[in-house]
Amino acid sequence: MSSISQSVRKLDHLAKASGAAKYVEDIVLDDMLYGKIVRSTVAHGKIRSIRLPDMPEGYSAVTAADIPGVNNVHIVQDDHPVFSGGEVNYIGEAILMIVGPDKRQVAKFARATEVEYDLLETCFDPKKSDTTFYEYGYEEGDWREAFAEADEVIDEEIFSAHQEHAYMEVQGLIGDYRNGKLTVRGSMQCPFYVHMAVTAVMGMKPEDVNVIADETGGGFGGKEDYPSILGSQVGVASYKVGKPVKCVFDRREDITCTSKRHPAFMRYRIAIKDGKMTAVDADILYDGGGYTTLSMVVLQRGLIGALGIYKFPSYRVHGKAVKTHTVPNGAFRGFGGPQTFFAMELMMNHAARKLGKDPLELRKEYCAKQGDMSPTHGVYHFDIPIPAMLDQLAEASDYHRKVKAYRNQTGRYRRGIGVSSVYHGCGFTGAGERDLIKGVFKLHKRADDTVEILAAAVDMGQGVKTTFRKIAANVLGLPEDRVIIVNPDTARVPNSGPTVASRSIMVVGKLIERAAKRLKAEWKPGEDQLITEKYVHPDFMIPWDLATFSGDPYPDSSWSTNIVEVEVDTMLGLTKILNAWGCYDVGTVIDENIVIGQMEGGLLQSLGHGGIELINYDQSGRIRNNSLSDYIVPTALDVPSLHVMFHKSEYFNGPFGAKAAGELPNVGGSASYIGALECALETDLYQTPFSTEDTMELLEGRRNG
Amino acid sequence: MAENIRFVLNGETVESKSAANERLLDVLRDEFRLTGVKCGCREGECGACSVLIDGQLANSCLVALGAVSDRDVETIEGFSRSERFEILSDAFADLSAVQCGFCIPGMVLAAESLLRFNPNPTDHDIREGLSGNICRCTGYNAIVHAIQNAAEKGKGLW
Repeated sequence: MSSISQSVRKLDHLAKASGAAKYVEDIVLDDMLYGKIVRSTVAHGKIRSIRLPDMPEGYSAVTAADIPGVNNVHIVQDDHPVFSGGEVNYIGEAILMIVGPDKRQVAKFARATEVEYDLLETCFDPKKSDTTFYEYGYEEGDWREAFAEADEVIDEEIFSAHQEHAYMEVQGLIGDYRNGKLTVRGSMQCPFYVHMAVTAVMGMKPEDVNVIADETGGGFGGKEDYPSILGSQVGVASYKVGKPVKCVFDRREDITCTSKRHPAFMRYRIAIKDGKMTAVDADILYDGGGYTTLSMVVLQRGLIGALGIYKFPSYRVHGKAVKTHTVPNGAFRGFGGPQTFFAMELMMNHAARKLGKDPLELRKEYCAKQGDMSPTHGVYHFDIPIPAMLDQLAEASDYHRKVKAYRNQTGRYRRGIGVSSVYHGCGFTGAGERDLIKGVFKLHKRADDTVEILAAAVDMGQGVKTTFRKIAANVLGLPEDRVIIVNPDTARVPNSGPTVASRSIMVVGKLIERAAKRLKAEWKPGEDQLITEKYVHPDFMIPWDLATFSGDPYPDSSWSTNIVEVEVDTMLGLTKILNAWGCYDVGTVIDENIVIGQMEGGLLQSLGHGGIELINYDQSGRIRNNSLSDYIVPTALDVPSLHVMFHKSEYFNGPFGAKAAGELPNVGGSASYIGALECALETDLYQTPFSTEDTMELLEGRRNG
Repeated sequence: MAENIRFVLNGETVESKSAANERLLDVLRDEFRLTGVKCGCREGECGACSVLIDGQLANSCLVALGAVSDRDVETIEGFSRSERFEILSDAFADLSAVQCGFCIPGMVLAAESLLRFNPNPTDHDIREGLSGNICRCTGYNAIVHAIQNAAEKGKGLW
């Protein structure tokens, strides 16, 4: 094991373990008021009237009319309003904010605010949507001919449902406007995204807006875009009342109005000729929800991964993201990848069954190789270790014996074993790093010879403060306590980019490594030194072109294989996870414990999406289960000890050889879980999650003939 | 005029100005400024607001202040001054079992409560003992193993 991999104590450990760490809800500023947002109760309508309750002095309502700048929150496009300008497009959309000194009174006045609507036509079914947000596609070879000549065609629709982030700390921010300057602080992943959005909404100069990320209690993508909306709201509120305003959601509000993983309807056709898969045709439909927010990029990543890790002679991939009158869907660990990978992985299982082959062996047979053309007409520049990783897992799990033993089972309890092999493209899609983010990093050596890391990355639990410090200390040959890193404040740190896309270690970590090498070479004891490093785009990539959807979308990929073993109680429909294995290639592991924690946590989130995590809407477009009582996430009892192992590799363009890690484990888990269910129930399945109720329905259907 | 509720909080007798039907969670956070007690759901599902009441683990969001009258309440702020906390905290640190940290004060108190009643827990005992405390980050492996290690290291303390 490389010495950089050896685990160190996380620098925020004790503050968090002892309860001393301050999250936004723990921060109380002098004269601070509380805000509660009045939200739309209809999925689509025009606001006809708003009647506020009588409120004593000190209480006020903040509306769109109070916005000093634009009433649009910049995310990718600028279509999400800060407060509704008249039309609402989903239940939970913000209309106004009640602000005042007493939290409970504020909540009471918010509840007592009466809003009347002229109802407009709603659409909850993406297949019936008449508004396409984005549409892309690509193809290769004569796939039409391949289908025309096929001996057999597998034609299926696979569905991947919503998933809720369920970060333990709900969303919350404080706006503090005074003397012509605004500070927004609290729970977020991307301080400079918030900064850019709030600056436009406030119509202020960038230098007068300051954004601070406080301790952030989990993100998983859910705090990528949403804080730009909430930050704008608390900013406007504080500007209006002239005092700090804190708005922290309650759990039901958080589930109702913040982003989710996009539901996806994915029709896949596979042509089979002479026992070989000769073509794939994939039609992908992502439900974007009421506004575009991040759907453009989420859809792109989904389509790029639509053929999984496999190489087919011909193919066509086409997809779109459409509008429905539901909460906008956004970033969720994996960012559109988990949906299409899920579909492709299930198709591989189903093809294996048709072809009479083992699912694991079929994956090895069709896996692309280094040097091959990638689906988007780029190149796989580096080794694809999937076959070796599958063999490693097969041995660890005793896969080949079990898969035979689990055929033709009878009796109440039936076991199954399932497999998945996927990748996650490292960093931003396309040329985003070069053209949009343009990351800048600074290393500040002070006269006392301590060194401060100045970056915008937020530690939301993934340990980035610890790993950044480790990279710098290791290169500089300094003890870790001589290297300082604190939560980012846009007034102090350069824009090294958002904390998303599994980019922090690979991209920003590389800048740290370079800066530290320079500082070491130029080190002047007792002097103040500032080293600046800027992002350099790798020169080996085939340029990505969005118009033709071609080129290298990512410089490299991280690779993942999973095997999951389950036992189904055919009397009660209950599924117990007996074992789950993951083998991952993330390049050099910067800190073993931290990366293992990322893999285990991500795998469990994906397993949760396989079996128990389900958002349920009623006919009016309202999320019925907007609480942790009804939206179930796995507890310690729902899962056995997870087995994580690594495949060793080094990515030359990452610090110490590291590449992306954070999102990878969230990509294949649900597919291997559903694969295990397919094995146990000896049938093809078409959706995630597949719940206890779904199992019961399937078994009852069998009993009833 | 109802009498103020008195109880023992982290070893000291205190008197609360809040009404007896206030949630203990709110009283601890807002009146006593004990912000290590976290709020994740306010309906007893997540365990982030766990405290010990006479040594028993409880979700403080589901306990009325009046119900702790004359009883002993311990939060992470009090427990973190103990030797057993140090053992548990070190064991969590050794495995980097703390990620976002929001569930951790509750997790540590759940571990304390478990070990008080069962100083030699099996893997399953630990998972059962933690099953009222949700962690969304770790997948639980590191937390479960840390508690096993703490039980081993702190033999005799519980």
